[in-house]
Amino acid sequence: MSREVRKTPGATAHLELPSYREQSPAVRERFARLRRRPVLLEVERLCKSFATAQGSVMALRDISFKTHRREFVCVIGPSGCGKSTLIRILAGLENHDSGRVLLDGKAVKGPGPDRGMVFQGYTLFPWLTVKKNVMFGLEMAGRGRLAAEEEAMQWIDLVGLNKFARCYPHQLSGGMKQRVAIARALANQPRILLMDEPFGALDAQTRARMQAYLMEIWSNIDITILFITHDLDEAVFLADRILVLKAHPGEVSELIEVPVPQPRHPEQLLAPEFLATRRHIEKLIHPPAAEPGLNGDQLNMVRMVSVNDEVGSVF
Amino acid sequence: MSVSHWFAVRRTLPPRTRRFTGLMSFLLPLLIWSLLSYVPWIWHPQVAITDPGSVSYLRPGMQLDRDAFAAAAARAHEQGRAEPVGYPANPIYLPAPHEVARAFYTAFTDAPVRRSEKWLHESLWESIQVIFWGFLLSSLIGVPLGILAGTFDFISRLFEPFVEFFRYLPAPAFGALAVAILGIYQAPKIAIIFIGTFFQQVLVIANTTRKLDPTLLEAAQTLGARNPALLFRVVIPGIITDLFRDMRVLLGWAWTYLIVAELIGTSSGITWFITQQARYKNFDNVYAAIMMIGIIGLGTDLLLAWLGRRIFPWQKAAHNG
Repeated sequence: MSREVRKTPGATAHLELPSYREQSPAVRERFARLRRRPVLLEVERLCKSFATAQGSVMALRDISFKTHRREFVCVIGPSGCGKSTLIRILAGLENHDSGRVLLDGKAVKGPGPDRGMVFQGYTLFPWLTVKKNVMFGLEMAGRGRLAAEEEAMQWIDLVGLNKFARCYPHQLSGGMKQRVAIARALANQPRILLMDEPFGALDAQTRARMQAYLMEIWSNIDITILFITHDLDEAVFLADRILVLKAHPGEVSELIEVPVPQPRHPEQLLAPEFLATRRHIEKLIHPPAAEPGLNGDQLNMVRMVSVNDEVGSVF
Repeated sequence: MSVSHWFAVRRTLPPRTRRFTGLMSFLLPLLIWSLLSYVPWIWHPQVAITDPGSVSYLRPGMQLDRDAFAAAAARAHEQGRAEPVGYPANPIYLPAPHEVARAFYTAFTDAPVRRSEKWLHESLWESIQVIFWGFLLSSLIGVPLGILAGTFDFISRLFEPFVEFFRYLPAPAFGALAVAILGIYQAPKIAIIFIGTFFQQVLVIANTTRKLDPTLLEAAQTLGARNPALLFRVVIPGIITDLFRDMRVLLGWAWTYLIVAELIGTSSGITWFITQQARYKNFDNVYAAIMMIGIIGLGTDLLLAWLGRRIFPWQKAAHNG
C-alpha cells in the first residue's frame, strides 16, 4: 500500500461512498459496548485563553467530551485549533481558566505519572541509556533499582529494543527513539497515554510501522489513548472515535465514531467506510478557500517561462 | 584541493588539511618571528657595537639606533678617525626564537643568577595555587548559585540584578581593599581571582541552565518527577556537558586575572618572575615565562576536553545535532 494512493483526495472524490454515520451491525454493537465501559477521562466546559501583545486570545472554548476505558481517541483539527493546548492541559503542563478535567472521577491537578505523555520531539534524556530512560519513571515512583531495572527490561522487550538497552538516544533512529518514549511512558502504567503528534517527525514508512506497533500495544494492555495528529489517515486508521476541533477559538466540531471495524489492518485504508469518514473530516477541517490571500487552491501564478523555450510545457 | 574549498561556509575541512592548518596556526607566527630575528635586512632597527673605534661613548655589546650609529660613524669618518663597527640587531625586548628556547630549557636546569630569585617552576607553582584556590572558591558558590538561578526565577531575581551590576566593577579595582582586609600575601590575590571569576560564573551558568530543553523537564514531570528530583535528576545531568565547557572558558578568564592579582601586596608567582627578569633585561626569560603560562593554559584545556569526552559518553549527541 503506497502512501501516495491514500493522500490523493481527487482519486476518491468521484466514488459513490456511504455516509460515515452508517455502521455495520458488528461496529454498532462494539460502540454500544464501548459506551457502557466506565468513563475514564471527562472534560467539562474547558476554557483557556492566552495573553498576547494583541490582548487575550481564546485558545479553547467550552470543550466537553468523555473517553471510556481502553478507548483510542484521536484529536484532529486545523492549525490553531488548540489541540496541543488541550493535551497539555490534560497532562497538567498547562493551567486552564475554567471547566473541569476528571480522570477516574477525580480532578486533575498538575502533571503526574497517572497520565503518561509522548511528545513529538521524543524528549528522551540524552544522558541516560535506553534502559535508564525507561527506569526513570519507575525510580521516581520509589521502585528499587533492581526491581525498576527488571521491569524496564520487560517494557523495552515489549517495544523490541532489547539489543539497544545500553545505547544512548543519539545512537537510535527516530522510530526507535519514539518506541523508547512510549515504553518509558507505559512503564509507569498510567491510566491514559497522551500522545502529541508522536509520529509527526517520522518518514511515511516508519510512521506506518509505528502505527501498527501502537495498535498492537493498545490492544494488549489496559491503556486508554488520546492521540493528537494532523494526518487524516492516521486519525481514521487508529481511532475508535475522533474528536474534531475547529479553530479560533478551539471548539469541538464533532465527535465522530469511526465506522471501520476493529482490529484494523492496512487494507482498510481503501474501504468505503474509511474513505467516507476521511472525506467527511477533510470537509470539516479544510473548508474551501481556507488559506487567506489565496484564490481557492490556486496560487496567483503567471507564466514565467519564455514562449519559445525548449521545454515549453511540463505536461 | 582548490582554494575555494577552504572558504566553503561551515564545512569541515578534510582531516589532513585540518591537521595541517592547525599546525600552521602555530608555525606561521613562529615563521614571522624567525624572519624578524634572523634575516638582517628585515627590521633590525639597531646596531650592536663590536668595536667602538674612536667613539668615546660606545662600548662593545652596546646597542643604539641605526641613525645614531650612522651619524657617529659619519662624524668619525669626517674627522679621519677610526670608525665604530657593529652589526644590525633587534631591540633587546625581542630575543630570537633560539634564545627563548634556550631560556626555556635553562629555566629548569640552571640555578637562578641572584639568590633572592626563584626558579621558574617555583614561581609557576605559586601562581597555579592562587588560580586553583580562587577558582575553586568561586566555583563552590558560583556553580550551585548559577544552577539555582537558572532553574528558579525567584533565585534569579534575587541575585542576578546585583551580580549583573557587580560584574561591571573591574576586579583589579578591589586590589587595595583586598590588601587592607586580607593582608599582603596570597589571600588578596585569591580574592581578586574570585571577584574576577565569580560574577561572570553565576551569569554564564544561569544562562546555560536556562538553555536546557524545557520539554525534558515536562517529560520528567509527566513521569512523576517532583522538585528535588527535577533539579538533581534532570537539570544537572542535562546541563553538565555545557557546564563543563563553561568551566573551561571561565578557567581561561581566571588566568587573565592572575597577572593583576599577583601585583597586589607582595608580588609573587609568575608575575614577580616576569617583572624581575624584565628589570634585569633578561627578556628571553620573560618570553619563556609567558609561553609557559600559555602552554599550561592550553594543556589544561585540552586535558579537560579529553576528560569531558571520557566522562560524558552521550556528548556526541550534542555535536551531531
